[in-house]
Amino acid sequence: MERIPILKMGRFLLVTIQVDMHDRLALALQDDLTARITETGARGVLIDISALEMVDSFIGRMIANIAAMARILDAQTVVTGMQPAVAITLVELGLDLPGVRTALTVERGMLLLRAVLHAAGELDQPSAADEGLDAGPAD
Amino acid sequence: MPPSQPSVLATVLDQDRGDVLKAWIQDQMAGGAARPDLMQPSELQDQSSQFLDLLAAAVNAGSARDGAAWHAVRQFLAGISSSRAAQGFTPVDTATFVLSLKQALLGRLQQRSGDATRFAAELWSMTTLIDELALYTTSVALEARERIIARQQEEMLELSTPVVKLWDGILALPMIGTLDSARTQVVMESLLQRIVQTGAEVAIIDITGVPTVDTLVAQHLIKTVTAARLMGAECIISGIRPQIAATIVHLGVDLTNVDTKATLADAFRLALRRTGHALGRATGSERA
Repeated sequence: MERIPILKMGRFLLVTIQVDMHDRLALALQDDLTARITETGARGVLIDISALEMVDSFIGRMIANIAAMARILDAQTVVTGMQPAVAITLVELGLDLPGVRTALTVERGMLLLRAVLHAAGELDQPSAADEGLDAGPAD
Repeated sequence: MPPSQPSVLATVLDQDRGDVLKAWIQDQMAGGAARPDLMQPSELQDQSSQFLDLLAAAVNAGSARDGAAWHAVRQFLAGISSSRAAQGFTPVDTATFVLSLKQALLGRLQQRSGDATRFAAELWSMTTLIDELALYTTSVALEARERIIARQQEEMLELSTPVVKLWDGILALPMIGTLDSARTQVVMESLLQRIVQTGAEVAIIDITGVPTVDTLVAQHLIKTVTAARLMGAECIISGIRPQIAATIVHLGVDLTNVDTKATLADAFRLALRRTGHALGRATGSERA
């Protein structure tokens, strides 16, 4: 069965959804991600959905649930790259993902995660230098 | 009617063309449909005689309305309908122009019909024909109006939703006019699209030009703000007039999760701070 890869990057987990989400895939991702968070003790999760062109109510709820579960497991969650059509659909469905952080791009999402963890005193340096990311204002 | 026996109308249009034209123009002058203030008598004469020629050709060609001759009549009517509309005639005037031909034809038709039964049949077919042509001019006028209205609506929709870039990473959306569901949908889509294109972090929705805010409009605003937040951009609503603030509170709309500012300037200042820009007044020599 196909699975969505979960990549470990330092203390973060990186999930990029590059295929069309269907229900079984979303459920598998939910199980895998929660397992990986407890296994690795990740402090932050970044879910990139920039390739997701459309969502239905189930996938919308799964995204909200996955983000909420990660948060309960004490990993800060950022959802990045949501397309306008997806955002409109989620709002119309009443799924406004409360408590989930969002960012336009993966790069900004990473900066946001670092800033949040730094503010919480869990990360020694907010700089992204160790992973070769551009830490400057992304514009 | 078999083509071998020409209708009385055809005979009248053929044989008495001069008299009919003269009587028709006189009727038009007398009936007020000629509108000498809008059109020269010579032009009226031209239009009337051209129409009679086309009509005669069409009646001779047969009663089926889909032939080339009838097409020419309709095309001519569409032409004068739009040219007369441009000259300031009302659709009623144009229809009257066609309808007034009835009276001119009536007498001749009676003379040439002979017996009363024939006359009644001929009169009925002539009336139906002229009514049809008059209605055609009206429908052409209506179609032209509808096209104009549709085009204006489209233009208004385009004009009313500009998304402007105020600074690197700051977009502004000045909303003007009444917000309905269709417009808000367009506004929302164009704003979200521009956020993706420009990678803007902050969007300012300015509602200075929105005359009233009801629960529906507030709902749409909150949806737009939420959708932008889901994509990773923040929204600030600005330009809230005192009356609108009062309305929002009276309606019980919850805007606590949305940044609101009284003026666009305040919102811009906040947006600059959010994006990490600092504002300061240049001193002495730094001034350009």
